[in-house]
Amino acid sequence: MSARFAPGDRVRVREWFPPGHIRTPYYVRGKRGEIERICGRFNNPERLAYGRADDPKVLYRVRFAQTEVWGRAERPSDTIDIEIYEHWLEPDK
Amino acid sequence: MDSHPRGMHDLGGEPAGEIDRAEHQNDFWEQRVDALMRALGTLDPPLVRTDELRRAIEGIGADAYDSMSYYERWIAAITEVLLEKGVISVNELSGKIAEIEKREAE
Repeated sequence: MSARFAPGDRVRVREWFPPGHIRTPYYVRGKRGEIERICGRFNNPERLAYGRADDPKVLYRVRFAQTEVWGRAERPSDTIDIEIYEHWLEPDK
Repeated sequence: MDSHPRGMHDLGGEPAGEIDRAEHQNDFWEQRVDALMRALGTLDPPLVRTDELRRAIEGIGADAYDSMSYYERWIAAITEVLLEKGVISVNELSGKIAEIEKREAE
């Protein structure tokens, strides 16, 4: 499994709004986080949704600061983990 | 961001009213819909995948989506995917519905 990112890498979710079935929540697009782990390689749900099990992608668990996602948090240290496919992530420069 | 379309189902962070946390029984027909979905998903290849179910639910249209119950959305989506794939035809479906309506009326 050749993964583009490794645990600890800083990434940004693509600010991307394609049509179709998408499993990257709207609220996290464009936000910056850190790779928490590589979950494995799974068929891309964006293709599975239309009956095609032909597009394996690496899935990552990405950790975001709640302050980054919502602009505020009950405690500044609060985080949220979201599982996101590789094609939705870019390196955070 | 706000100029971009947001799926009606993609409500994270939006106000969405109170969540009913009460335990509730499902009706028998709802249990059957659930069982049907599991049966369709265990075939190889699956006739209806979870991802296909979700996609079809997202395509129901906002008004119907909001007015339907959870399992009403499921059965509408299962029907949609089975029609798309030609597993069932509109004729077969409407014939069966008419047959059941007749039986129920007797």
